[in-house]
Amino acid sequence: MLPYSWIIPCFPLLSFALIIFFTIKKPKLSSQISIGAVALSFIFSLIVLVSVLGNPVTSEFKFNWLDLPGFKVDAGMLIDPLTSVMLMVVTIVSMLVQIYSVGYMADDPRFARYFSFLSLFTFSMLGLVLSNSFFEIFIFWELVGLTSYLLIGFWFEKKTASDAGKKAFITTRTGDLAFLVGIFLLTTTVGTVNFQEAFHQVESGAISSGLLTLSAILIFGGAVGKSAQFPLHVWLPDAMEGPTPVSALIHAATMVAAGVYLVARLMSIYALSVPASLVVAIIGAFTAFLAASIALVQNDIKRVLAYSTISQLGYMIMALGLGGYTAGTFHLMTHASFKALLFLGAGSVIHAMHTNDIWEMGGLYVKMRTTAITFILGSLSLAGIFPLSGFWSKDEILLLAWNKNPIFAIVGMAVAFMTAFYMFRLCFIAFYGKARDQHKFDHAHESPKVMTVPLVILAFLSIFAGWVGIPWLSKGYSSFVYHHEVHHLEPNFILMIVATLVALSGIYLAYVIYYKKTISAEGLKNKFAPIHKLLYNKYYFDELYNAIIIRPIFKLADFLFKKFDQGVIDWLVNAAGNFTVFLSWFWELFDTYIVDGAVNGVGYVVRGTGAVIRRVQTGQLQNYAFIIFFGIVLIILLKVF
Amino acid sequence: MTLYHFLSLSALLFCIGIFGVLTRRNAIGILMAIELLFNAVNINFVAFARFINPQGLTGQIFTIFVITVAAAEAAVGLALIILIYRQHKGVEVDKINIMKW
Repeated sequence: MLPYSWIIPCFPLLSFALIIFFTIKKPKLSSQISIGAVALSFIFSLIVLVSVLGNPVTSEFKFNWLDLPGFKVDAGMLIDPLTSVMLMVVTIVSMLVQIYSVGYMADDPRFARYFSFLSLFTFSMLGLVLSNSFFEIFIFWELVGLTSYLLIGFWFEKKTASDAGKKAFITTRTGDLAFLVGIFLLTTTVGTVNFQEAFHQVESGAISSGLLTLSAILIFGGAVGKSAQFPLHVWLPDAMEGPTPVSALIHAATMVAAGVYLVARLMSIYALSVPASLVVAIIGAFTAFLAASIALVQNDIKRVLAYSTISQLGYMIMALGLGGYTAGTFHLMTHASFKALLFLGAGSVIHAMHTNDIWEMGGLYVKMRTTAITFILGSLSLAGIFPLSGFWSKDEILLLAWNKNPIFAIVGMAVAFMTAFYMFRLCFIAFYGKARDQHKFDHAHESPKVMTVPLVILAFLSIFAGWVGIPWLSKGYSSFVYHHEVHHLEPNFILMIVATLVALSGIYLAYVIYYKKTISAEGLKNKFAPIHKLLYNKYYFDELYNAIIIRPIFKLADFLFKKFDQGVIDWLVNAAGNFTVFLSWFWELFDTYIVDGAVNGVGYVVRGTGAVIRRVQTGQLQNYAFIIFFGIVLIILLKVF
Repeated sequence: MTLYHFLSLSALLFCIGIFGVLTRRNAIGILMAIELLFNAVNINFVAFARFINPQGLTGQIFTIFVITVAAAEAAVGLALIILIYRQHKGVEVDKINIMKW
């Protein structure tokens, strides 16, 4: 089976082509094609997972794609346990999101196109996961970036949406530049773009440690962009302008996890460079903290989740930076299930309320029971409450951090506290209490089955997906997905209890403030006004980037336009034009007086001679006869003498 | 009677014919002068045939062809002259000069 795994990304690609070229006018059929394709991919991914579970080795299938003197480029697939897990994550989430979208996007005029984009995204993401070389992964990397751009700006009539698309594209492109430079640096040194060969070369010391660190950090730049880590995290909250299922699929569960996947895939490189992995860990921890603190005060349901995503991605990146290949990818997997659930739940709420602002919601529990229950389950899982998925993966990371460097564990605890707080702030405000906007509340209704069923499935995954990583299992996640050798961390009960207490206290604080209201939210806000303002404005990152990057670039562009374009380029163009006008004036003179003169001159000469010679043409028959006769006589005389 | 006598006669006739062609005003006169030219030529043919190659009949046969062609020519010529007469009410060739510049 494994050698035929290339077929997995082919289904969505085929579906994309079918929809774009043939069924774009038939929304229902298009969605069925798209869902069918991803379902097939899911079945094949399942087969791959089963066969890899049965025989957990790394297998590579490749063919020579480009053969340059001294540089070979392979294309192919690399299938190892991580790949098989990622295939499952991508296909499950993609399938559920697409089913959900049938309900969520039902009235959209570009329904078929939406599904074609989702198919294209699924194709790209599966391709990315299966890549076996830097070259290939970069291609798919850019493809997922493209589809992300297309889907963020899907409602391009809205200026904020099209701006958000551009922002996402340009911001991630910044990271991708570093990624590309890193790839060049590394691959030209080791002389191959193939992952396994490159790892082998790196492990045998073919590259100096300084260069390795530099290229590892540059490559990490790509992950920073795609996984929205500090300082390139600014695009993800804006990306919430896209349709909510897209946020669930691309900006929560899969594409943003590509950065995490990249670092995990290149673990062999990071493991050899202590400074690079330290940078990775610090960026991850910092981002986790930064984003969680911003999420505390945001009022847009999707933005809270977006900052939560950034924060959780930071968690994974931190784990990978600390060498936790297993912990990081495990959290990636569980996070994909509960964050997709949360986004889809938020989408269900938005679908019912037609607003993103949590302060216009309230009391929705009675109206939308399934959504509320699944959403709260997702929140519990994200907060890391025993025994849900999030608990096991978060515990794995905290345990790893505690063993490696307690500072990171403390940051992780703080993040876990904030996570529990902001998630339950959201839950209590949105689902409990009184309806704040009576009109919208009255019109709220539970979403159709096509939307709630994916929620329920994801809720099950949010509860149970993490159980594969329960540390007491002798054959759990950690003995399946690992780097070089199994790192089976001894479960630490104290840490587990502390982590649970931290999460519970976060929930309790939210309960006290937003449910019981024994502590006034307003009072807190006023007491910590400067901090609140700072957090509410997201540490002024957008403003900062505006001031130090965007505005100077605009200024430069303006300057170049005014001085260079208008001054130099336009001058040159005009000069060329004027010169041409002058030349043509000159050639006109030449034409009139010399060419025309010559032509007319010929005419005059012909007419002049004609006027003289025509006298010969007398019309007198006998004149002609006379001339003929004497002509003949003359010829004879000349002949004779 | 030698060849020279015949040739002299023929030359004389030819000269008269040329003179006629170049000087007559009347188109019919010119036509008649042309007939003279033909006959001068015919005499030459027959004379040469008789004196140079007495066995063959080349000259005589050629003469018969010339006479035939001359008859046809006279017919065409006279037809043209009749048409010209109808157009110009006359056949004086110095009056018919519409082909000049």
